[in-house]
Amino acid sequence: MNVIETSGLGKRYGSTWALRNFTVAVPAGHVAALVGPNGAGKTTLLNLAVGLARPTAGAVNVLGGEPAGSPAALDGIAFVAQDAPLYKNLPAADMLQLTGNLNRRFDHGYAQERLAELGIPLKRRAGKLSGGQQAQLALTLALARRPRLLVLDEPLANLDPLARHDFMGMVLAAAAEDGMSVVLSSHVLAELERVADYLILVSGGRVQVAGEVDELLARHRVLTGPAAEAGRIAQRLSVVHARRAEAQAHLLVRTGGPGDPVPPGWEAHPVSVEELVLAYLREPGAAALPGPARTQKAEPTEVSR
Amino acid sequence: MITLNTPAPARRDTTPPPVPWRRLTWVSWRQYRMSAAGAAAFLGVLALYLLIMGLRIRGAYAAVADCSLSAPGKRCVGAFLLFDNDYFLIAETSAAVLLAVPALAGVFAGAPILARELDSGTFRFAWTQGAGRTRPTLARLALPALTLTAAAAAFSQLFGWFFYPFFAGREFAQASAFAPIYFTLTGIAFAAWTLTAFAIGALAGVLIRRAVPAMAAALAAWSGLLLATLLFLRRHYEAPLTTRTGQTSPSSWVISNWWTGPNGHRVTSENQIIAILNGGPHPGYTQWTIYQPATRYWHFQLIEGGWLLALSLLLIAATIWMVRRRAA
Repeated sequence: MNVIETSGLGKRYGSTWALRNFTVAVPAGHVAALVGPNGAGKTTLLNLAVGLARPTAGAVNVLGGEPAGSPAALDGIAFVAQDAPLYKNLPAADMLQLTGNLNRRFDHGYAQERLAELGIPLKRRAGKLSGGQQAQLALTLALARRPRLLVLDEPLANLDPLARHDFMGMVLAAAAEDGMSVVLSSHVLAELERVADYLILVSGGRVQVAGEVDELLARHRVLTGPAAEAGRIAQRLSVVHARRAEAQAHLLVRTGGPGDPVPPGWEAHPVSVEELVLAYLREPGAAALPGPARTQKAEPTEVSR
Repeated sequence: MITLNTPAPARRDTTPPPVPWRRLTWVSWRQYRMSAAGAAAFLGVLALYLLIMGLRIRGAYAAVADCSLSAPGKRCVGAFLLFDNDYFLIAETSAAVLLAVPALAGVFAGAPILARELDSGTFRFAWTQGAGRTRPTLARLALPALTLTAAAAAFSQLFGWFFYPFFAGREFAQASAFAPIYFTLTGIAFAAWTLTAFAIGALAGVLIRRAVPAMAAALAAWSGLLLATLLFLRRHYEAPLTTRTGQTSPSSWVISNWWTGPNGHRVTSENQIIAILNGGPHPGYTQWTIYQPATRYWHFQLIEGGWLLALSLLLIAATIWMVRRRAA
């Protein structure tokens, strides 16, 4: 089952296309991270998936074929928007009651337990809570709905490192417990390494990279060797991004797997999620999609340091 | 993988049962509890004022009316004049204040509901809950709309009682319930105008998306509609009557009044009219009066209440439709 599935999806605001001919399938059972530069269309995609926006072209289905925004889709998806909007004048306890009354299912016991753990006073107005606590409250409200899919738009943007850690810990615990799927967009790459097991890299309104993190990491590596040979190597291998530091060059290349031969005089290193994402973000022309990879044979630009 | 773009009838049964109205009404109540308390305080003070002032006015009037019964004559005419002199301005001012109630309902109750939700971004929370958009929005609009309309209906009853001494079937009654402002404040018109103001506010809120501009637009639109109705529309609900005797049934709504001379031309000079009036019988001169007789009061109330109710429902339907299609 795919929790989000789009085909030929397009969304235009005025004369600008935020997304165009966007096709992606996010399988269930993952914590999927949506990564991309500002204006890449991440928020637009999430808004379409949760039914806040309607597509200009194409279609979005969720939870294995429900049209986005349909009653069944709304029932099964919980969404925490950017900056966690809450009714600022309502106390936390009333936000729980209100959310409970706006949904068929709501686990009051779970919500109260979480807020007690987090030290969020039930009587305090949402607007008087700290930024981190507001995000935690919004997440608690979403999780207490026992959704099949949790969608988070930039949940970590305004949180300090500790709050980020706690926030994602709560998401992962709920995902592990319920088998809930998670789709989140984020700029915080370091945090993604720990939480995401599926990666979707969006750039310029289209999918650049999509796949399970382990698989993506296995299919990429960094080659380090003499800068003079970098050009020759680049012609033989599929280089995503090349970086030159003094006499050494670092090439992030696609490989068939860890068994691929390393050119003599070069060293191979495994790649981290952060390196992988940065490499692709720097090369909007490069793409690695599941199945037959659609590789554009553009000469990678070299970034000197 | 499931084929996209294919409507699958089998999927209908995955539609969950809707969230019950009772729970949505609770949400609506919880969100407007504070504003409801504010509105109740304001209306309570206003009602108390009308009650206290009404008791004073009616007490004073009872004394004057007694005089007229026991000892009719010049002395009582003087008493009536004194009574009007003491109280009519207060009563008229109260009527003007009361006319602000529907405007306030539109500005402070109708306009902010959706404008605030859209402006502050909380619609991203509200519209992604399991209950969806339509039913919660309807509950949120219906609760304040119904309570305000009921409050307005109660106020027009109170106003009728308060203002009774000036409408009374006495000689030289100061006001007719058919006069533009008083007609608006009595009968079912007042409740209907309040509902319309609220509905205008709600639609302005979803169209403009920001509270203060939506409030201003609601005030302008409602005032414009009221003014157009008073000045142009209401007199045409039914064809007016014409009389050449200058005599209309009591408490009629006189729309226009003029004289024609022996040649059939309209007398335009004021001095000439004064001369006619002072000259006793005036052969050759005719006084024309176009008016709506007071007996049509309830008929007119029903017409006005009816079209305002229809307009309000239309505006609320348009608001819901806008909410349904509004994209982030």
